[in-house]
Amino acid sequence: MRKTLAWIMGAGSFLGLASSTLANGWNMPAGVTDVSREIYSLHMTIFWICVVIGIVVFGVMFYSLFRYRRSRGAKSANFHENTSVEVVWTAVPLLILVGMALPATATLKRMYDASEADLDVMVTGQQWRWHYEYLGENVSFTSSLSTPRSQINGEEEKGENYLLDVDQPLVLPVGRKVRFLMTSDDVIHSWWVPDLAVKQDSIPGFVNENWVRIEEPGIYRGQCAELCGKDHAFMPVVVRALEGDEFDSWLAERRKEAEAEASGVDREWSMDELMERGEQVYGAICATCHQPDGSGAEPTFPALAGNEALLNDRDRHIDVVLNGVSGTPMAAFRSNLNPVELAAVITYERNAWGNESGDVVQPSEIQALLEQ
Amino acid sequence: MNPVQRTVFRTVLALMGMFAFAFALVPLYDAFCQVTGINGKVGDQPRSIANEEVDTSRYVTVQFITRSGKGMPWQLEVEHRQMRVHPGQPTEVNFAFSNNSGKALTGRAVPSVSPSQASLHLRKVQCFCFEEQHLEAGERLEAPLVFQLTRDLPPDINTVTLVYTLYPVTDSQSQLQAQTSPVRGGGV
Amino acid sequence: MASNLPPKPTLEHSTTTSGGLAHEHHERPRGMLRWLLTTNHKEIGTLYLIFSLTMFFIGGIFALVVRAELFQPGLQLVQPEFFNQMTTMHGLIMVFGAVMPAFVGLANWMVPLQVGAPDMALPRLNNFSFWLLPVAFTLLLSTLLMPGGGPNFGWTFYAPLSTTYAPPSTTFFILSLHMAGISSILGAINIIATILNLRAPGMRLMDMPLFVWTWLITAFLLIAVMPILAGVITMMLMDINFGTSFFNAAGGGDPVLFQHLFWFFGHPEVYIMILPAFGIVSAIIPTFARKPLFGYASMVYATASIAILSFLVWAHHMFVVGLPLVAELFFMFTTMLIAVPTGVKVFNWIATLFQGSITFETAMLFALAFVVLFSIGGFSGLMLAIAPADFQYHDTYFVVAHFHYVLVPGAIFAIMAGVYYWLPKWTGHYPDERLGRWHFWMSVIGVNLTFFPMHFSGLAGMPRRIPDYALQFADFNMVSSVGALMFGVSQLLFVWGVIKCVRGGEKAPAKAWEGAEDLEWSVPSPAPLHTFDTPPDFKPVTH
Repeated sequence: MRKTLAWIMGAGSFLGLASSTLANGWNMPAGVTDVSREIYSLHMTIFWICVVIGIVVFGVMFYSLFRYRRSRGAKSANFHENTSVEVVWTAVPLLILVGMALPATATLKRMYDASEADLDVMVTGQQWRWHYEYLGENVSFTSSLSTPRSQINGEEEKGENYLLDVDQPLVLPVGRKVRFLMTSDDVIHSWWVPDLAVKQDSIPGFVNENWVRIEEPGIYRGQCAELCGKDHAFMPVVVRALEGDEFDSWLAERRKEAEAEASGVDREWSMDELMERGEQVYGAICATCHQPDGSGAEPTFPALAGNEALLNDRDRHIDVVLNGVSGTPMAAFRSNLNPVELAAVITYERNAWGNESGDVVQPSEIQALLEQ
Repeated sequence: MNPVQRTVFRTVLALMGMFAFAFALVPLYDAFCQVTGINGKVGDQPRSIANEEVDTSRYVTVQFITRSGKGMPWQLEVEHRQMRVHPGQPTEVNFAFSNNSGKALTGRAVPSVSPSQASLHLRKVQCFCFEEQHLEAGERLEAPLVFQLTRDLPPDINTVTLVYTLYPVTDSQSQLQAQTSPVRGGGV
Repeated sequence: MASNLPPKPTLEHSTTTSGGLAHEHHERPRGMLRWLLTTNHKEIGTLYLIFSLTMFFIGGIFALVVRAELFQPGLQLVQPEFFNQMTTMHGLIMVFGAVMPAFVGLANWMVPLQVGAPDMALPRLNNFSFWLLPVAFTLLLSTLLMPGGGPNFGWTFYAPLSTTYAPPSTTFFILSLHMAGISSILGAINIIATILNLRAPGMRLMDMPLFVWTWLITAFLLIAVMPILAGVITMMLMDINFGTSFFNAAGGGDPVLFQHLFWFFGHPEVYIMILPAFGIVSAIIPTFARKPLFGYASMVYATASIAILSFLVWAHHMFVVGLPLVAELFFMFTTMLIAVPTGVKVFNWIATLFQGSITFETAMLFALAFVVLFSIGGFSGLMLAIAPADFQYHDTYFVVAHFHYVLVPGAIFAIMAGVYYWLPKWTGHYPDERLGRWHFWMSVIGVNLTFFPMHFSGLAGMPRRIPDYALQFADFNMVSSVGALMFGVSQLLFVWGVIKCVRGGEKAPAKAWEGAEDLEWSVPSPAPLHTFDTPPDFKPVTH
């Protein structure tokens, strides 16, 4: 019996420790939006109600276990029903539940607010990266994990934001309502940033909506929350929130870059330029599946190095990169990468790792295929 | 029948009923979605214009987004990316399909509406999404979308987004689709 | 504490019991063939239990592979592809291979004994429904060796990850799930037929022991939802192999429809795994409190209302797929409502303890731990029901902690409690109490070390089903992995205890526990192969 008691006390102090260290790393973050703070306080309210109920119920239980031990000479009573007690312990929980449901309903209603937004961002999940498009702004980019493989494989010390760092974070303005439209190119993903209290499934063929109004500038990190295949653990979300004017100049900058890139389509690129650019794109987008050395992972991800079919059919290669392959994880990159990036990565794949086709694919050629 | 046989007979009957119910849930779910507007689905049949006065006091922003699915070498372009309409006002927008690949192909534009509640108040009179499109290599096809947002659109909805995702149609899908399209195919 | 246990009832006063003598009816095959062809409910019950224990260890090894990889951040032992197969297989094996067959095994053994029937209503069907299981699970496990690997899409196998993007072995996965499903359905038909038709004369429905009641309701749930699962996986099969587009947006289908159908099956399935546990605990607590169960009728009604509510709550698994406000509210309210009948059950158990005369045999220890730890799982379940908060909890380790609390110290502790409780009836010997207590305390500590920290890692933002994680989750995961190893190893004590009990030990009389009242305690221990060939004389107890 002493052991039982010791254990109860152990469990109790564990619970106490759990609830007292509400600070970082133990509990849900309160976050940086109205909604996230509301959810946090709802979470804490329900938690404490549960703790109180637990103390009362387990209190009575452990009292009975202790008090009515046979070894203490307890003789058993013979009652087995009591209608009024039973009515009370059905009705009281019901009332507590109503008390919980009221604030929850209010919060939920506030979250389903469809009022006009200041900025629309289309979020597209892909195995295994996120694509962001600022609707009507002509700015879009892909955001993929930037933690090096060597850290994951333990060949190098793990950095501070291990697995939670991306090459290009989603940049959002503070104090404005941002509307997200979520969809997916392949399987179901789920876009989640705890500090923003936004978690929404991205579903192929369908569009989901959500919104956020961030209150503090900063960097907020999250992850894909829905199992989406092999690299589900390796598609983080990073949001960088900037003050309104900083955001505006950032957006203008990005727009200018996009225009510059677009004009780059018309000129003739050299092999070296394309190879250099292609290596970057390959590393950011293609290497997770086809491997940095192009060796792939059969049967799902074919090897690109020494792939005869690929080397012999230049048109097919371009077609696959642009349009993807239906029924496989190979995504269509026509709208995720710009013509320069597409031309560069195809050129790179045809000339790297001992693939010596000597082929150069010019951005203008890709542009022609995309437009006509 | 002895009592055991009777019990078994009844449970087996219930079992078969539940198995059939699982399949019945597929069209039921679609019907349910159309009635309640869950999931941004509306019927895949053309509907007539609701005869109602245009509410000129109110503007709704309608966004059009076009996307291409995997294995789909087509481009779907829209005349306006965004427009402002009055509830009740029938509107026409032009879309253009172009097949940039070297081969003929059949495709389908799968529609989705956000916010999903808006789909209840969206009437499509004419839409390319009601049927499959067949395009020869290099062909370009213009197709209009005629729609109306009815006046009972909830006042808190200010922006309606229509998304069309292009998917290739394979032969087996095409045949099956022909048989089952009355019950499936989330057309708007 | 050993000294605190009461003296066991003496052997003498038990041999006088009624209940049909054991005599062989006919020539029986011997050796392997005997077990292959047996139609005896006790032997089939034993087969089910042995099968379930085997699966429990296989699923447990998969869980330990998962926990070993998660011991520290980084990829050390397995690659993500294999990791996903391990999480998926762990879930499938534990749900369909360990927990469900264990309950069917207990039902096979105990339902005829508790209602005073000579055997199950359909003995040959019983044999068939058992032997489907080893075939199904051999096939399922063999997919791990197939090209492209086994199922890697989680035990909930959401489309299109499980259809368009699935490994080639998925067709075999579907086939094996079909077989396991047919086995459960046949088992359920058998149990319903037995309970409704073969009760001892004079035993009304409201006289039945609660284990029988909860199983009757569970069997109806199985009949209602296993065909839905069969339908869903058939649709998947057609999408994969015949070009239909039930769940494929490209062909006009809807991936969300899959989730609706799956959880319409899946939520009642969750209760299928817990209702019989309620029945076991409701038998054990009164026995060792030496006091009749408090609120028998309300227990029955609470079980039935939980079963009915289970059909109205499925979309609480889908709060983030983009449901409209009305649906979110509806499913939030119905889910919260489940707390009421569940609460009634817990209160009834505690009221049974109140003013009892309590002893702490191993079976009782497990039953008491069930009440406490299952309630903790219930609390986190209530938190998860709050839709806005679920936007943060959904698909994190908080959910993993929640359902493991209701399934491991919930369903599995109840099964173990049941085994320790009925072992004297099965083997004729009392289980070794010292060993049992070691097993119990190691398990309780192991379980809490494993799953309690998961609440924190989940709240802090760790998604489920990931083979590698950010550094702030490292401490919690290390503790969890140590706990998992401890829990896993301590189950060897269970096997040892059971084997020891089968081979010998203190002899048990017919009524092995002083406070036990149900019909099974009126037949000799060990229960002879044939019991109640003539129906017993049943006198209603004070329900």
